[in-house]
Amino acid sequence: MTQLALVIDLNVCVGCHACVTSCKEWNTSGEAGPMVDKYAYGENPTGTFFNRVQSFEIGTYPQTETVHFPKSCLHCEEPPCVPVCPTGASYKREEDGIVLVDYDKCIGCKYCSWACPYGAREIDEKQRVMKKCTLCVDRIYDEALPVSERKPACVMSCPTSARLFGDVHDENSEVSKAIRERAGYQLMPEWGTKPANHYLPRRKTEIKIHKDELERVDNPLSKEERLRHNEPGKGPSLDDMSNW
Amino acid sequence: MHPAFSVIFLTTLIGAGQGLFLALFTGQIFSQFKMMPAQHDVNFFIWGSALAILLLCVGLLASFFHLGHPERAWRTATKWRTSWLSREVIALPAAIVTIAAYGAAHYFGWTAPIFTMPGGTGIDATLLLGLAATVATYALFICTGMIYGCIKFLQEWHTPLTVINFILLGTASGFTVATALSAYLQTGLVSFYANWAILFTVAALIFRIASMVRNRNINPKSDLRSAIGINHNNIRQMAQGSMGGSFNTREYFHGKSKSFVKSIKYIFLVLAFLIPILFLVLSLNNPAYFIPLIAVAVQYVGLIAERWYFFADANHPQNLYYQQIS
Repeated sequence: MTQLALVIDLNVCVGCHACVTSCKEWNTSGEAGPMVDKYAYGENPTGTFFNRVQSFEIGTYPQTETVHFPKSCLHCEEPPCVPVCPTGASYKREEDGIVLVDYDKCIGCKYCSWACPYGAREIDEKQRVMKKCTLCVDRIYDEALPVSERKPACVMSCPTSARLFGDVHDENSEVSKAIRERAGYQLMPEWGTKPANHYLPRRKTEIKIHKDELERVDNPLSKEERLRHNEPGKGPSLDDMSNW
Repeated sequence: MHPAFSVIFLTTLIGAGQGLFLALFTGQIFSQFKMMPAQHDVNFFIWGSALAILLLCVGLLASFFHLGHPERAWRTATKWRTSWLSREVIALPAAIVTIAAYGAAHYFGWTAPIFTMPGGTGIDATLLLGLAATVATYALFICTGMIYGCIKFLQEWHTPLTVINFILLGTASGFTVATALSAYLQTGLVSFYANWAILFTVAALIFRIASMVRNRNINPKSDLRSAIGINHNNIRQMAQGSMGGSFNTREYFHGKSKSFVKSIKYIFLVLAFLIPILFLVLSLNNPAYFIPLIAVAVQYVGLIAERWYFFADANHPQNLYYQQIS
Protein backbone atom coordinates (compact mmCIF):
# COMPACT_ATOMS: atom_id res chain seq x y z
CA MET A 1 0.00 0.00 0.00
CA THR A 2 1.39 3.34 -1.02
CA GLN A 3 1.69 6.11 1.52
CA LEU A 4 2.97 9.30 -0.02
CA ALA A 5 4.57 11.70 2.39
CA LEU A 6 7.12 14.41 2.88
CA VAL A 7 10.35 14.04 4.78
CA ILE A 8 11.66 17.35 6.01
CA ASP A 9 15.29 17.74 6.92
CA LEU A 10 15.56 20.21 9.77
CA ASN A 11 19.29 20.08 9.42
CA VAL A 12 19.27 21.91 6.12
CA CYS A 13 16.07 23.98 6.32
CA VAL A 14 17.12 27.62 6.41
CA GLY A 15 13.64 29.01 7.03
CA CYS A 16 13.39 30.92 3.76
CA HIS A 17 9.62 30.32 3.35
CA ALA A 18 10.04 29.40 -0.31
CA CYS A 19 7.92 26.29 0.32
CA VAL A 20 5.24 28.46 1.91
CA THR A 21 4.99 30.88 -0.99
CA SER A 22 5.24 28.26 -3.72
CA CYS A 23 2.59 26.17 -1.94
CA LYS A 24 0.28 29.14 -1.74
CA GLU A 25 0.98 30.10 -5.34
CA TRP A 26 0.28 26.63 -6.70
CA ASN A 27 -2.76 25.91 -4.61
CA THR A 28 -4.38 29.32 -4.82
CA SER A 29 -4.20 29.07 -8.60
CA GLY A 30 -5.57 25.54 -8.66
CA GLU A 31 -8.99 24.34 -9.66
CA ALA A 32 -10.15 24.32 -6.02
CA GLY A 33 -10.20 28.09 -6.13
CA PRO A 34 -8.20 30.75 -4.36
CA MET A 35 -7.09 30.49 -0.76
CA VAL A 36 -8.33 33.50 1.09
CA ASP A 37 -6.06 36.43 1.92
CA LYS A 38 -7.48 39.09 4.16
CA TYR A 39 -5.92 42.52 4.58
CA ALA A 40 -3.02 41.34 2.46
CA TYR A 41 -1.58 44.86 2.43
CA GLY A 42 -2.97 45.92 5.78
CA GLU A 43 -1.59 45.96 9.27
CA ASN A 44 -2.55 42.42 10.18
CA PRO A 45 -2.55 40.30 7.05
CA THR A 46 -4.10 36.89 7.53
CA GLY A 47 -5.10 34.07 5.29
CA THR A 48 -5.24 30.37 4.68
CA PHE A 49 -2.01 28.51 4.16
CA PHE A 50 -1.37 24.81 3.78
CA ASN A 51 2.17 25.13 4.95
CA ARG A 52 3.87 27.35 7.49
CA VAL A 53 7.46 27.72 8.54
CA GLN A 54 7.90 28.35 12.22
CA SER A 55 11.09 29.15 14.05
CA PHE A 56 12.18 27.95 17.44
CA GLU A 57 15.12 28.90 19.56
CA ILE A 58 16.67 25.98 21.36
CA GLY A 59 18.90 26.48 24.37
CA THR A 60 19.81 29.45 26.53
CA TYR A 61 21.48 32.53 25.11
CA PRO A 62 24.21 32.64 23.96
CA GLN A 63 24.29 28.85 23.57
CA THR A 64 21.29 28.82 21.27
CA GLU A 65 20.40 27.32 18.00
CA THR A 66 17.57 28.36 15.73
CA VAL A 67 15.52 25.59 14.24
CA HIS A 68 13.24 26.40 11.34
CA PHE A 69 10.31 24.08 11.36
CA PRO A 70 8.04 23.75 8.31
CA LYS A 71 4.62 22.41 9.29
CA SER A 72 1.86 21.13 7.04
CA CYS A 73 -0.63 18.27 7.12
CA LEU A 74 1.24 15.13 8.09
CA HIS A 75 -1.13 12.77 6.22
CA CYS A 76 -1.40 10.51 9.25
CA GLU A 77 -1.85 6.82 8.73
CA GLU A 78 -4.44 6.92 11.52
CA PRO A 79 -5.91 10.34 10.77
CA PRO A 80 -8.04 11.44 13.74
CA CYS A 81 -9.61 14.17 11.61
CA VAL A 82 -11.26 11.74 9.18
CA PRO A 83 -13.67 9.67 11.33
CA VAL A 84 -15.06 12.76 13.09
CA CYS A 85 -16.21 14.39 9.86
CA PRO A 86 -20.01 14.17 9.81
CA THR A 87 -20.34 14.43 6.04
CA GLY A 88 -17.45 12.31 4.80
CA ALA A 89 -15.92 15.39 3.19
CA SER A 90 -12.66 14.57 4.95
CA TYR A 91 -11.19 11.33 3.72
CA LYS A 92 -7.99 9.38 3.31
CA ARG A 93 -7.30 7.99 -0.15
CA GLU A 94 -6.82 4.25 -0.26
CA GLU A 95 -4.47 4.34 -3.23
CA ASP A 96 -1.82 6.73 -1.96
CA GLY A 97 -2.70 7.62 1.63
CA ILE A 98 -3.27 11.32 0.97
CA VAL A 99 -5.77 12.92 3.37
CA LEU A 100 -8.07 15.23 1.44
CA VAL A 101 -11.12 17.41 1.93
CA ASP A 102 -13.94 17.37 -0.59
CA TYR A 103 -14.70 21.09 -0.74
CA ASP A 104 -18.12 20.39 -2.22
CA LYS A 105 -19.18 18.26 0.73
CA CYS A 106 -17.57 20.21 3.57
CA ILE A 107 -20.08 22.13 5.68
CA GLY A 108 -17.40 24.15 7.47
CA CYS A 109 -18.21 22.91 10.97
CA LYS A 110 -14.49 22.92 11.91
CA TYR A 111 -14.85 19.72 13.90
CA CYS A 112 -12.02 18.03 11.97
CA SER A 113 -9.67 20.84 12.90
CA TRP A 114 -10.45 20.26 16.57
CA ALA A 115 -9.55 16.63 16.08
CA CYS A 116 -6.11 17.42 14.63
CA PRO A 117 -3.45 17.81 17.33
CA TYR A 118 -1.07 19.49 14.89
CA GLY A 119 -3.25 22.40 13.82
CA ALA A 120 -2.69 21.40 10.22
CA ARG A 121 -6.15 22.37 9.01
CA GLU A 122 -7.19 25.92 8.35
CA ILE A 123 -10.62 27.12 7.39
CA ASP A 124 -10.98 29.29 4.32
CA GLU A 125 -13.02 32.16 5.68
CA LYS A 126 -14.27 33.15 2.26
CA GLN A 127 -15.20 29.76 0.83
CA ARG A 128 -16.13 28.67 4.36
CA VAL A 129 -14.73 25.19 3.97
CA MET A 130 -11.84 23.45 5.69
CA LYS A 131 -8.61 23.36 3.74
CA LYS A 132 -5.34 21.60 4.16
CA CYS A 133 -2.26 20.34 2.35
CA THR A 134 -3.18 18.07 -0.56
CA LEU A 135 0.40 16.95 -1.22
CA CYS A 136 -0.28 18.76 -4.52
CA VAL A 137 -2.47 15.90 -5.64
CA ASP A 138 -3.24 17.93 -8.77
CA ARG A 139 0.46 18.08 -9.61
CA ILE A 140 2.03 14.77 -8.72
CA TYR A 141 -0.14 12.80 -11.15
CA ASP A 142 -0.20 15.39 -13.92
CA GLU A 143 1.11 13.63 -17.00
CA ALA A 144 1.41 16.95 -18.80
CA LEU A 145 4.33 17.73 -16.51
CA PRO A 146 7.80 16.23 -16.98
CA VAL A 147 8.36 13.31 -14.60
CA SER A 148 10.93 15.30 -12.65
CA GLU A 149 8.31 17.96 -11.88
CA ARG A 150 5.60 15.59 -10.62
CA LYS A 151 6.33 16.58 -7.04
CA PRO A 152 4.60 18.90 -4.58
CA ALA A 153 5.27 22.58 -5.20
CA CYS A 154 7.05 22.94 -1.87
CA VAL A 155 9.49 20.16 -2.74
CA MET A 156 10.18 21.71 -6.13
CA SER A 157 10.92 25.09 -4.63
CA CYS A 158 13.10 24.19 -1.67
CA PRO A 159 16.52 25.71 -2.41
CA THR A 160 18.35 23.50 0.07
CA SER A 161 16.53 20.26 -0.81
CA ALA A 162 15.29 20.03 2.74
CA ARG A 163 12.06 18.46 1.52
CA LEU A 164 11.93 14.95 0.16
CA PHE A 165 8.82 13.42 -1.32
CA GLY A 166 7.96 9.80 -1.87
CA ASP A 167 6.35 6.60 -0.66
CA VAL A 168 7.26 5.87 2.94
CA HIS A 169 5.91 2.33 2.62
CA ASP A 170 8.39 1.51 -0.12
CA GLU A 171 11.52 0.42 1.71
CA ASN A 172 13.76 1.36 -1.16
CA SER A 173 12.41 4.83 -1.73
CA GLU A 174 14.50 7.91 -1.10
CA VAL A 175 12.26 8.94 1.79
CA SER A 176 12.32 5.54 3.51
CA LYS A 177 16.06 5.45 3.21
CA ALA A 178 16.33 8.94 4.69
CA ILE A 179 14.05 8.02 7.59
CA ARG A 180 15.94 4.82 8.22
CA GLU A 181 19.46 6.11 7.92
CA ARG A 182 19.09 9.63 9.25
CA ALA A 183 16.90 8.99 12.31
CA GLY A 184 13.64 10.28 10.83
CA TYR A 185 10.97 10.85 13.45
CA GLN A 186 7.25 11.65 13.72
CA LEU A 187 5.60 14.55 15.54
CA MET A 188 3.65 13.89 18.74
CA PRO A 189 3.95 10.10 18.54
CA GLU A 190 2.14 9.89 21.88
CA TRP A 191 -1.27 10.24 20.22
CA GLY A 192 -0.93 7.21 17.97
CA THR A 193 -1.82 9.17 14.84
CA LYS A 194 1.14 7.69 12.96
CA PRO A 195 1.99 10.72 10.85
CA ALA A 196 3.25 9.76 7.41
CA ASN A 197 5.42 12.87 7.18
CA HIS A 198 8.69 12.54 8.99
CA TYR A 199 11.33 14.99 10.13
CA LEU A 200 15.06 14.49 10.02
CA PRO A 201 16.82 15.86 13.10
CA ARG A 202 19.53 18.46 13.33
CA ARG A 203 22.98 16.93 13.09
CA LYS A 204 26.29 18.26 14.26
CA THR A 205 28.74 17.86 11.41
CA GLU A 206 32.07 18.61 13.00
CA ILE A 207 35.35 17.73 11.35
CA LYS A 208 38.08 16.70 13.68
CA ILE A 209 41.44 17.65 12.14
CA HIS A 210 44.58 16.39 13.79
CA LYS A 211 47.81 18.29 13.60
CA ASP A 212 49.54 15.53 11.65
CA GLU A 213 46.86 15.87 9.01
CA LEU A 214 47.90 19.47 8.39
CA GLU A 215 51.66 18.99 8.54
CA ARG A 216 53.04 16.04 6.77
CA VAL A 217 55.29 14.19 9.18
CA ASP A 218 56.39 11.47 6.90
CA ASN A 219 56.65 10.96 3.24
CA PRO A 220 55.37 7.48 2.57
CA LEU A 221 55.70 7.67 -1.18
CA SER A 222 58.96 9.57 -1.02
CA LYS A 223 57.65 11.97 -3.58
CA GLU A 224 59.47 15.04 -2.42
CA GLU A 225 62.58 12.99 -2.18
CA ARG A 226 62.34 12.09 -5.77
CA LEU A 227 61.71 15.67 -6.64
CA ARG A 228 64.76 16.72 -4.75
CA HIS A 229 66.80 14.90 -7.32
CA ASN A 230 65.21 16.98 -9.94
CA GLU A 231 67.67 19.74 -9.70
CA PRO A 232 67.93 21.97 -12.74
CA GLY A 233 69.82 20.29 -15.51
CA LYS A 234 69.80 16.86 -13.91
CA GLY A 235 66.26 15.68 -14.32
CA PRO A 236 64.33 15.30 -17.47
CA SER A 237 63.45 18.58 -19.11
CA LEU A 238 60.20 19.46 -20.75
CA ASP A 239 61.72 18.68 -24.07
CA ASP A 240 62.53 15.18 -22.90
CA MET A 241 58.97 14.62 -21.86
CA SER A 242 57.20 16.00 -24.87
CA ASN A 243 57.53 15.04 -28.39
CA TRP A 244 57.29 18.24 -30.29
CA MET B 1 -10.52 26.68 22.68
CA HIS B 2 -12.37 29.71 21.51
CA PRO B 3 -15.94 29.53 22.81
CA ALA B 4 -18.40 29.94 19.92
CA PHE B 5 -21.75 31.31 20.99
CA SER B 6 -23.58 29.27 18.37
CA VAL B 7 -22.41 26.09 20.07
CA ILE B 8 -22.94 27.52 23.55
CA PHE B 9 -26.57 28.28 22.72
CA LEU B 10 -27.01 24.97 20.95
CA THR B 11 -25.80 22.85 23.85
CA THR B 12 -27.48 24.82 26.62
CA LEU B 13 -30.84 25.18 24.86
CA ILE B 14 -31.16 21.57 23.76
CA GLY B 15 -29.97 20.48 27.20
CA ALA B 16 -32.80 22.45 28.81
CA GLY B 17 -35.28 21.12 26.25
CA GLN B 18 -34.24 17.54 26.86
CA GLY B 19 -34.31 18.07 30.61
CA LEU B 20 -37.78 19.59 30.39
CA PHE B 21 -39.07 16.56 28.51
CA LEU B 22 -37.48 14.22 31.05
CA ALA B 23 -39.20 16.23 33.78
CA LEU B 24 -42.57 15.87 32.05
CA PHE B 25 -42.13 12.16 31.61
CA THR B 26 -40.88 11.70 35.16
CA GLY B 27 -44.01 13.45 36.38
CA GLN B 28 -46.20 11.22 34.23
CA ILE B 29 -44.47 8.04 35.36
CA PHE B 30 -44.80 8.99 39.02
CA SER B 31 -48.44 9.77 38.45
CA GLN B 32 -49.26 6.73 36.34
CA PHE B 33 -47.44 4.26 38.56
CA LYS B 34 -49.16 5.81 41.55
CA MET B 35 -46.04 7.06 43.25
CA MET B 36 -47.84 10.36 43.73
CA PRO B 37 -51.42 11.57 43.32
CA ALA B 38 -52.58 11.09 39.74
CA GLN B 39 -52.20 14.13 37.50
CA HIS B 40 -54.96 15.00 35.12
CA ASP B 41 -53.67 18.35 33.92
CA VAL B 42 -53.16 17.57 30.23
CA ASN B 43 -52.32 21.21 29.53
CA PHE B 44 -49.10 20.89 31.45
CA PHE B 45 -47.88 18.03 29.29
CA ILE B 46 -48.97 19.71 26.08
CA TRP B 47 -47.38 23.09 26.88
CA GLY B 48 -44.38 21.39 28.39
CA SER B 49 -43.78 19.35 25.24
CA ALA B 50 -44.29 22.44 23.10
CA LEU B 51 -41.77 24.37 25.17
CA ALA B 52 -39.28 21.49 25.04
CA ILE B 53 -39.62 21.37 21.25
CA LEU B 54 -39.20 25.13 21.05
CA LEU B 55 -35.99 24.95 23.08
CA LEU B 56 -34.66 22.12 20.91
CA CYS B 57 -35.56 23.94 17.70
CA VAL B 58 -34.01 27.22 18.77
CA GLY B 59 -30.91 25.25 19.74
CA LEU B 60 -30.90 23.58 16.35
CA LEU B 61 -31.26 26.98 14.69
CA ALA B 62 -28.32 28.32 16.73
CA SER B 63 -26.18 25.41 15.54
CA PHE B 64 -26.63 26.50 11.92
CA PHE B 65 -24.73 29.70 12.69
CA HIS B 66 -21.72 27.53 13.45
CA LEU B 67 -21.63 26.10 9.94
CA GLY B 68 -19.88 27.59 6.96
CA HIS B 69 -22.36 25.93 4.63
CA PRO B 70 -25.66 25.34 6.44
CA GLU B 71 -27.33 24.50 3.13
CA ARG B 72 -25.27 21.31 3.09
CA ALA B 73 -26.28 20.35 6.63
CA TRP B 74 -28.32 17.41 5.34
CA ARG B 75 -25.06 15.69 4.46
CA THR B 76 -24.12 15.53 8.14
CA ALA B 77 -26.38 12.54 8.78
CA THR B 78 -24.30 10.31 6.51
CA LYS B 79 -21.29 9.37 8.66
CA TRP B 80 -23.07 8.19 11.79
CA ARG B 81 -20.91 5.07 11.85
CA THR B 82 -17.82 7.04 12.86
CA SER B 83 -18.81 10.58 13.84
CA TRP B 84 -20.52 11.60 17.05
CA LEU B 85 -21.44 14.88 15.41
CA SER B 86 -23.27 12.96 12.70
CA ARG B 87 -25.01 10.88 15.37
CA GLU B 88 -26.09 14.06 17.12
CA VAL B 89 -27.54 15.33 13.87
CA ILE B 90 -29.70 12.19 13.78
CA ALA B 91 -30.53 12.13 17.49
CA LEU B 92 -31.64 15.78 17.64
CA PRO B 93 -34.48 15.52 15.09
CA ALA B 94 -35.34 12.11 16.56
CA ALA B 95 -35.76 13.72 19.96
CA ILE B 96 -37.83 16.56 18.50
CA VAL B 97 -40.10 14.18 16.59
CA THR B 98 -40.64 11.76 19.49
CA ILE B 99 -41.26 14.59 21.96
CA ALA B 100 -43.70 16.12 19.46
CA ALA B 101 -45.44 12.74 19.19
CA TYR B 102 -45.54 12.54 22.98
CA GLY B 103 -47.11 16.00 23.18
CA ALA B 104 -49.53 15.12 20.38
CA ALA B 105 -50.58 11.95 22.20
CA HIS B 106 -51.47 14.07 25.21
CA TYR B 107 -53.21 16.66 23.02
CA PHE B 108 -55.35 14.05 21.26
CA GLY B 109 -55.93 12.20 24.50
CA TRP B 110 -54.52 8.83 23.45
CA THR B 111 -54.67 7.63 26.98
CA ALA B 112 -56.70 4.46 26.54
CA PRO B 113 -54.55 1.58 27.84
CA ILE B 114 -53.05 -0.48 25.03
CA PHE B 115 -52.21 -3.25 27.45
CA THR B 116 -52.13 -3.67 31.20
CA MET B 117 -49.09 -4.38 33.32
CA PRO B 118 -49.24 -7.25 35.83
CA GLY B 119 -49.61 -4.69 38.62
CA GLY B 120 -52.74 -3.33 37.03
CA THR B 121 -51.14 -0.21 35.53
CA GLY B 122 -52.47 0.60 32.09
CA ILE B 123 -49.83 1.29 29.48
CA ASP B 124 -51.06 3.85 26.97
CA ALA B 125 -49.66 5.54 23.88
CA THR B 126 -48.31 8.51 25.84
CA LEU B 127 -46.18 6.21 27.98
CA LEU B 128 -44.80 4.31 25.00
CA LEU B 129 -44.07 7.48 23.04
CA GLY B 130 -42.59 9.02 26.16
CA LEU B 131 -40.33 6.01 26.51
CA ALA B 132 -39.20 6.40 22.90
CA ALA B 133 -38.58 10.10 23.47
CA THR B 134 -36.59 9.30 26.63
CA VAL B 135 -34.36 6.98 24.64
CA ALA B 136 -33.90 9.67 21.97
CA THR B 137 -33.23 12.30 24.64
CA TYR B 138 -30.53 10.25 26.32
CA ALA B 139 -29.06 9.33 22.95
CA LEU B 140 -28.87 13.03 22.19
CA PHE B 141 -27.24 13.80 25.55
CA ILE B 142 -24.63 11.12 24.94
CA CYS B 143 -23.98 12.27 21.38
CA THR B 144 -23.61 15.90 22.42
CA GLY B 145 -21.29 15.01 25.25
CA MET B 146 -19.26 12.58 23.19
CA ILE B 147 -18.67 15.16 20.45
CA TYR B 148 -16.39 16.80 23.00
CA GLY B 149 -15.51 13.76 25.04
CA CYS B 150 -14.23 11.69 22.13
CA ILE B 151 -11.40 14.04 21.14
CA LYS B 152 -8.50 12.55 23.03
CA PHE B 153 -6.19 15.49 22.36
CA LEU B 154 -8.44 17.77 24.34
CA GLN B 155 -7.60 16.15 27.64
CA GLU B 156 -9.90 18.47 29.61
CA TRP B 157 -12.84 17.00 27.67
CA HIS B 158 -11.68 13.45 27.20
CA THR B 159 -13.39 12.06 30.27
CA PRO B 160 -16.75 10.44 31.09
CA LEU B 161 -17.37 13.53 33.24
CA THR B 162 -18.05 15.49 30.05
CA VAL B 163 -21.04 13.34 29.15
CA ILE B 164 -22.20 13.15 32.77
CA ASN B 165 -22.06 16.93 33.06
CA PHE B 166 -23.99 17.46 29.84
CA ILE B 167 -26.68 15.09 31.11
CA LEU B 168 -26.83 16.53 34.63
CA LEU B 169 -26.69 20.20 33.64
CA GLY B 170 -29.33 19.71 30.95
CA THR B 171 -31.57 17.71 33.26
CA ALA B 172 -31.17 20.23 36.10
CA SER B 173 -32.07 23.18 33.90
CA GLY B 174 -34.99 21.25 32.38
CA PHE B 175 -36.44 20.39 35.77
CA THR B 176 -36.08 24.02 36.81
CA VAL B 177 -38.05 25.02 33.71
CA ALA B 178 -40.65 22.36 34.60
CA THR B 179 -40.91 23.86 38.09
CA ALA B 180 -41.61 27.30 36.66
CA LEU B 181 -44.06 25.92 34.11
CA SER B 182 -45.98 23.93 36.68
CA ALA B 183 -46.07 26.97 38.96
CA TYR B 184 -47.37 29.09 36.08
CA LEU B 185 -50.02 26.53 35.14
CA GLN B 186 -50.77 25.89 38.82
CA THR B 187 -50.59 22.13 38.47
CA GLY B 188 -49.68 21.38 42.03
CA LEU B 189 -46.47 19.74 40.90
CA VAL B 190 -44.30 22.69 41.89
CA SER B 191 -42.70 21.15 44.95
CA PHE B 192 -42.32 17.80 43.18
CA TYR B 193 -40.35 19.42 40.36
CA ALA B 194 -38.54 21.86 42.63
CA ASN B 195 -37.25 18.96 44.72
CA TRP B 196 -36.05 17.12 41.65
CA ALA B 197 -34.53 20.30 40.22
CA ILE B 198 -32.64 20.91 43.48
CA LEU B 199 -31.44 17.32 43.47
CA PHE B 200 -30.19 17.48 39.89
CA THR B 201 -28.64 20.92 40.35
CA VAL B 202 -26.72 19.70 43.40
CA ALA B 203 -25.65 16.56 41.54
CA ALA B 204 -24.57 18.68 38.56
CA LEU B 205 -22.59 20.94 40.89
CA ILE B 206 -20.81 17.96 42.43
CA PHE B 207 -19.86 16.50 39.06
CA ARG B 208 -18.90 19.89 37.62
CA ILE B 209 -16.58 20.49 40.54
CA ALA B 210 -15.22 16.97 40.06
CA SER B 211 -14.37 17.78 36.45
CA MET B 212 -12.78 21.10 37.46
CA VAL B 213 -10.63 19.36 40.06
CA ARG B 214 -9.65 16.77 37.48
CA ASN B 215 -8.75 19.43 34.93
CA ARG B 216 -6.75 21.45 37.40
CA ASN B 217 -4.42 18.49 37.93
CA ILE B 218 -4.24 17.53 34.30
CA ASN B 219 -0.87 16.57 32.94
CA PRO B 220 -0.55 17.61 29.28
CA LYS B 221 0.53 14.66 27.20
CA SER B 222 2.23 16.79 24.58
CA ASP B 223 4.82 19.46 25.04
CA LEU B 224 7.03 21.47 22.71
CA ARG B 225 9.57 18.66 22.70
CA SER B 226 7.21 16.12 21.23
CA ALA B 227 5.55 18.80 19.09
CA ILE B 228 8.69 19.56 17.11
CA GLY B 229 10.65 16.47 18.07
CA ILE B 230 13.62 18.22 19.61
CA ASN B 231 14.55 16.87 22.97
CA HIS B 232 15.64 19.96 24.82
CA ASN B 233 14.29 21.49 27.99
CA ASN B 234 14.56 25.04 26.78
CA ILE B 235 12.64 25.64 23.56
CA ARG B 236 11.17 29.01 22.74
CA GLN B 237 9.13 29.91 19.72
CA MET B 238 10.48 32.79 17.67
CA ALA B 239 8.00 32.89 14.80
CA GLN B 240 4.79 31.05 13.98
CA GLY B 241 4.69 31.66 10.26
CA SER B 242 2.26 34.54 10.17
CA MET B 243 2.19 38.10 11.42
CA GLY B 244 -1.53 38.84 11.58
CA GLY B 245 -2.65 35.61 13.23
CA SER B 246 -4.36 32.72 11.51
CA PHE B 247 -7.22 30.32 11.93
CA ASN B 248 -4.99 28.52 14.40
CA THR B 249 -4.70 31.56 16.64
CA ARG B 250 -8.38 32.47 16.39
CA GLU B 251 -10.03 29.08 16.82
CA TYR B 252 -8.03 27.62 19.68
CA PHE B 253 -7.37 30.58 21.95
CA HIS B 254 -10.07 32.33 23.93
CA GLY B 255 -7.99 35.49 24.00
CA LYS B 256 -9.10 36.48 27.48
CA SER B 257 -6.99 37.04 30.54
CA LYS B 258 -6.58 34.38 33.20
CA SER B 259 -8.47 36.49 35.71
CA PHE B 260 -11.37 36.86 33.27
CA VAL B 261 -11.62 33.08 32.86
CA LYS B 262 -11.38 32.63 36.60
CA SER B 263 -14.14 35.16 37.21
CA ILE B 264 -16.37 33.34 34.70
CA LYS B 265 -15.78 30.21 36.75
CA TYR B 266 -17.05 31.84 39.93
CA ILE B 267 -19.89 33.52 38.06
CA PHE B 268 -21.20 30.25 36.70
CA LEU B 269 -20.82 28.48 40.05
CA VAL B 270 -23.04 31.14 41.60
CA LEU B 271 -25.49 31.65 38.74
CA ALA B 272 -25.93 28.10 37.52
CA PHE B 273 -26.02 26.41 40.90
CA LEU B 274 -26.25 28.50 44.08
CA ILE B 275 -28.86 31.11 43.17
CA PRO B 276 -31.16 28.63 41.35
CA ILE B 277 -31.01 26.27 44.33
CA LEU B 278 -31.93 29.17 46.59
CA PHE B 279 -34.93 30.18 44.48
CA LEU B 280 -36.02 26.58 44.04
CA VAL B 281 -35.99 26.12 47.80
CA LEU B 282 -38.06 29.29 48.13
CA SER B 283 -40.55 28.01 45.57
CA LEU B 284 -41.15 24.87 47.64
CA ASN B 285 -43.40 26.86 49.95
CA ASN B 286 -44.40 29.73 47.72
CA PRO B 287 -46.76 29.22 44.79
CA ALA B 288 -45.75 32.47 42.98
CA TYR B 289 -44.49 31.44 39.56
CA PHE B 290 -41.98 34.25 39.26
CA ILE B 291 -39.77 32.64 41.90
CA PRO B 292 -38.91 29.52 39.87
CA LEU B 293 -38.92 31.74 36.77
CA ILE B 294 -36.07 33.74 38.28
CA ALA B 295 -34.33 30.41 38.95
CA VAL B 296 -34.76 29.49 35.27
CA ALA B 297 -33.42 32.80 33.98
CA VAL B 298 -30.47 32.95 36.36
CA GLN B 299 -29.60 29.32 35.78
CA TYR B 300 -29.67 29.75 32.03
CA VAL B 301 -27.31 32.72 32.18
CA GLY B 302 -25.14 30.64 34.49
CA LEU B 303 -25.15 27.75 32.05
CA ILE B 304 -24.04 30.04 29.23
CA ALA B 305 -21.13 31.07 31.45
CA GLU B 306 -20.51 27.40 32.32
CA ARG B 307 -20.37 26.40 28.67
CA TRP B 308 -18.11 29.36 27.89
CA TYR B 309 -15.77 28.20 30.61
CA PHE B 310 -16.00 24.61 29.35
CA PHE B 311 -14.61 25.72 26.00
CA ALA B 312 -12.09 28.23 27.34
CA ASP B 313 -10.78 25.65 29.77
CA ALA B 314 -9.80 23.19 27.04
CA ASN B 315 -6.24 23.56 25.90
CA HIS B 316 -5.59 22.22 22.43
CA PRO B 317 -2.14 20.69 21.78
CA GLN B 318 -1.90 22.64 18.52
CA ASN B 319 -1.46 25.73 20.69
CA LEU B 320 2.09 24.56 21.30
CA TYR B 321 2.87 25.63 17.75
CA TYR B 322 1.31 29.05 18.23
CA GLN B 323 2.94 30.52 21.31
CA GLN B 324 4.54 33.58 19.78
CA ILE B 325 3.68 35.64 16.70
CA SER B 326 7.24 36.79 16.15
